[in-house]
Amino acid sequence: MSQSFDVISSQLKKRHRKSARLKWISMSALGLAGLFLVLFFADMLSKGLPAFQQAYIQVELEYNEDATRMGRAAMDPEVARLVSRTFERLIPGQLRANPELLGTSETRWVLATSEVDQYLKGHDNKLRGNQQEVVDELIEAGRLELRFNTTFFTRGDSKMAESAGILSAAVGTVLTMLVTLAISFPIGVMTAVYLEEFAPDNRFTQLIEININNLAAIPSILFGLLGLAIFISFFGVPRSSPLVGGMTLALMTLPVIIIATRTALRSVPDSIRHAAFGVGCSRWQVVRDHVLPLAMPGIMTGSIIGLAQAMGETAPLIIVGMVAFIPDVSASFTQAATVLPAQIFTWAGEPERAFVEKTAGGILVLLSILIFLNATAVILRKKFERRW
Amino acid sequence: MSRSQTGQPVTRNQDANHELSIRVRDLSLWYGESQALKSLNIDLYQKNVTALIGPSGCGKSTFLRCLNRMNDLIPGVRIEGLVEMDGRDVNARKMDEVALRRRVGMVFQKPNPFPKSIYENIAYAPRMHDLVGRKAEQDELVERALRDAGLWEEVKDKLHQPGTSLSGGQQQRLCIARAIAVQPDVILMDEPTSALDPISTATIEDLMDKLKKQFTIVTVTHNMQQAARVADYTAFFHLGEIIEYNDTKTMFSTPATKKAEDYITGRYG
Repeated sequence: MSQSFDVISSQLKKRHRKSARLKWISMSALGLAGLFLVLFFADMLSKGLPAFQQAYIQVELEYNEDATRMGRAAMDPEVARLVSRTFERLIPGQLRANPELLGTSETRWVLATSEVDQYLKGHDNKLRGNQQEVVDELIEAGRLELRFNTTFFTRGDSKMAESAGILSAAVGTVLTMLVTLAISFPIGVMTAVYLEEFAPDNRFTQLIEININNLAAIPSILFGLLGLAIFISFFGVPRSSPLVGGMTLALMTLPVIIIATRTALRSVPDSIRHAAFGVGCSRWQVVRDHVLPLAMPGIMTGSIIGLAQAMGETAPLIIVGMVAFIPDVSASFTQAATVLPAQIFTWAGEPERAFVEKTAGGILVLLSILIFLNATAVILRKKFERRW
Repeated sequence: MSRSQTGQPVTRNQDANHELSIRVRDLSLWYGESQALKSLNIDLYQKNVTALIGPSGCGKSTFLRCLNRMNDLIPGVRIEGLVEMDGRDVNARKMDEVALRRRVGMVFQKPNPFPKSIYENIAYAPRMHDLVGRKAEQDELVERALRDAGLWEEVKDKLHQPGTSLSGGQQQRLCIARAIAVQPDVILMDEPTSALDPISTATIEDLMDKLKKQFTIVTVTHNMQQAARVADYTAFFHLGEIIEYNDTKTMFSTPATKKAEDYITGRYG
């Protein structure tokens, strides 16, 4: 005899309650994760956004004889203490190079010290009471204000917080990523093509496969040690250079690209391969003309994600010496350089209050680049998504 | 009807009206340990349609793939015996499978056009084999192949749309056009209509009838009526053996073996 709806419903009640409970648990887990994300971003933004503004001060410069030896002699001593030393130091050289300036005077907006900057932003600072009064007067007179911090994007690192920028680190990152891409993309793709399309399925290839999968799970600092031992000590690649950094990160990115490429190749249906073999393609023609073009969006997506991962990597680069103080921007693959995460790492270790916002600002820049890269990967995947 | 030493029927081997295209002797094939083809002997004739029929898993598709060495792609396959075309052993080490597949084209069960334009689907292989040079030559070849496949009128205005945008039946004719564009001698068809509707099926059957003036066609089919309609010769496969091979009329009117008769009349399969 079959049961009535009422009987069945009453039995179902308990099951429905259980599934509702599970739904709530999973939703609150998601909510918690979302909350942490929002907190993280709010914290970074509140700490980092001020880094994009910097205090500038208007000074009257009188180019006298003393200023050719000591820059601050050109300024009112009260104000001179508020001006960044990076600017002061420029004056003597400028005068020696242009002697006709001697005896003239001009008014300019220049960088203020980080202490003034922090005072303006309402943070802790080391300004003494009478200095604060001078600053207040200058603000009153419209000779001291916060402006967009171009220095942050146009200069390299500096020991003086107000003139520290991320450009040298950004250039270092670009150079390092170029090396990583140039090494890991062709090797990774060709390895995957061999394993997926050419290699026989035997013990040996299975062993290689297991090792590649394990490679992706190795702590990144070990790749740094490998880079140090092999690239620097054995092959003599210059230490701290984008070349050695890129080579080390390429080791890390290789398994990611290989695995992504194999997945992309495997998603190309065999019917395409059969069709190509059927019209008399050689194995390589099948791969080059049919399989690879179809797998390319997947390969690109995987490679971009692999690169983004490498871009955020710090540990292996510390080992190969890429955490260096690099004040000058150099576009060379063999000279010492640093990268964005390493720059953030350096700033995070600075004791001065002003570097806290530099650190957060650097993180914001790095995050924006990573979000941009990941978005590109998603768009690529969506655009070329193909159904058979 | 005579029997060879291996106990299999070899009929019509010396058919006077037809020239030999492919000669198969003592062909056996193993997938790993299990034997899928057992010492087959068959002669396939030029400019005829030969249908391979038989219940599922009887080895007819496997046999078809022996004719252009598509079985090479499957790991663990071992082949013994002779498949001879134009006086050459197809399985010989010296035989280049790419050269073989140029002369023995293939159409698959499910239409599988390249995800490229209709034009590219046809032009790709001839260009690869250096059969065409100038663009005009290429255009001409594409048109001829599409006309031969009876598809030209339907697609002439959209040659640069993707081949996958066509209907299933059109896609299958595109695949046939792609196969004949490299000017092969033999076209293998592996259940070419099993994924198609009855009208598309009829179109393909008509096409096979036309194409046999130029090409030797070997087709696998599950459909008894189709074999009766299109094939000049029919081979009946059962458990990896050719039980009976004869001209289609004889085969369907007076089958020589009990097994073939039972299968043809629909008692199993």
